[in-house]
Amino acid sequence: MRAKKQAFSGFNLFLQGLTHHENWQRHWRNPEPKRHYDVIVIGGGGHGLATAYYLARVHGLKNVAVLEKGYLGGGNTGRNTTIVRSNYLWDATAHLYEHALKLWEGLSQELNYNVMFSQRGVLNLGHTLQDMRDIERRISANRLNGIDGEVLDADGVKRIVPIINTSRSARYPILGASWQPRGGVARHDAVAWGYARGADALGVDLLQNCAVTGFDMANGRVTGVQTDRYGSIGCDRVGSVVAGHSSVIAHHAGFELPLTSHPLQAFVSEPIKPVLHTVVMSNQVHGYISQSDKGDLVIGAGIDGYAGYGQRGSYPVIEHAVAAILELFPTFSRVPMNRQWAGIVDTTPDACPLMGPSEVPNLFFNCGWGTGGFKATPGSGHVFAACLANDDVHPLAKPFAIERFHTGALVDEHGAAGVAH
Amino acid sequence: MLRIYCPYCQEAREEVEFHYAGQAHIVRPLDPEACSDEAWGRYLYFRKNTAGREAEMWVHGAGCRKFFNVLRNTVSYEIERTYPMGEHPEDSTGERPEVDGGGA
Repeated sequence: MRAKKQAFSGFNLFLQGLTHHENWQRHWRNPEPKRHYDVIVIGGGGHGLATAYYLARVHGLKNVAVLEKGYLGGGNTGRNTTIVRSNYLWDATAHLYEHALKLWEGLSQELNYNVMFSQRGVLNLGHTLQDMRDIERRISANRLNGIDGEVLDADGVKRIVPIINTSRSARYPILGASWQPRGGVARHDAVAWGYARGADALGVDLLQNCAVTGFDMANGRVTGVQTDRYGSIGCDRVGSVVAGHSSVIAHHAGFELPLTSHPLQAFVSEPIKPVLHTVVMSNQVHGYISQSDKGDLVIGAGIDGYAGYGQRGSYPVIEHAVAAILELFPTFSRVPMNRQWAGIVDTTPDACPLMGPSEVPNLFFNCGWGTGGFKATPGSGHVFAACLANDDVHPLAKPFAIERFHTGALVDEHGAAGVAH
Repeated sequence: MLRIYCPYCQEAREEVEFHYAGQAHIVRPLDPEACSDEAWGRYLYFRKNTAGREAEMWVHGAGCRKFFNVLRNTVSYEIERTYPMGEHPEDSTGERPEVDGGGA
């Protein structure tokens, strides 16, 4: 069996300091694949790694592999704006995201890895009377579900973020906001690395640079996956957690999903001194912003209007987001932007995830998180691991099964909450 | 920024004038009342979402406001050609690619 992982502790930090920090263990192994696994997870992003971690940790399934076509956390996990919150309107979504938020609150301890979860609060701004009505309704619903939230007026917003423009003469004046103090941000890479290290310590094989190119099937059931690097690898069950490329994986198995993939963009400024200590989101003018611990302003834009798998995004969308941010923070007008990128998000018609069995036995999907998947990472992995381990749907995942697109019981979070995901 | 040729206006214009309207050539079930929930759900929501060559519907919202079809690569974003509603794309062999999915 493998050597125990070194703990990250004050004592070990001191000890390793004596040798100039050159003797820390590698975070994870780089193993050769076995012939057969109990479960193969496709996709080594936050959700996939969390799934593998909880499979091993909670369900005792240690004969598990994660197949990643690139490097761990190199897809949407490394491309999002790291916002975490749970103030969703409907019970189904509120319970799911709150489950994730509660896991976030203990995650650094659980993984012995600092995911830098910072509960600095999240503001969702309202710019119209209807926005404010929706916010009041949503906060009331949140409180009934045991989720913290307050409705603020414009002065309340200004007290939290003094540099925000609450002028009544703005094109879309700020009338108020919802405020979730337990929301915040986390370090996206650390989440992937922490789960990867934790899963590896429990015996999970992390296979990178290994793309899935097809499935081995027998009697209509999946019995293994075909890969470009290692050929066929057998397994009892497959969990696909590949976000924007879920439809590509589904095509390998011969079916379609109710998804459309779009590029979602973000960009960061050069590092500046601390000016913004919370997260500000506006659905009405559509932009969201926070400041990372490094000092750069992290700005999220919208999705491209058309489908696409190119990880770049279109310019009119950047222009739109910048206009929105400058409306809120005119003082940022001279901050130079440093980097821009896009990730491919898989959107469903109701902007809610898709979790559970697919139409092919032994093949499970966890996808459709669209533009808001990062915040759900621990909850998504926890719930999906239960689906994979028990061959059944976790109670929290029930409303998000694929059947809803046939019964019509969509979870219409997109329109009703009036919040950016 | 995409430049899209509108087959009705007969001009290439910038993408901000257009709206994407999803997968093209989806056939509405002839008798919706007779559709099973399974078939109706498929018609409404399930899509190819191809990474590669795909036939799409677009609308020239800031121009003639007409819908038309675009044969576009969703990875390279290269537009192969655009054509009016009612026509089908044909590949170099003269055969129709599979774009009649969904529906009945």
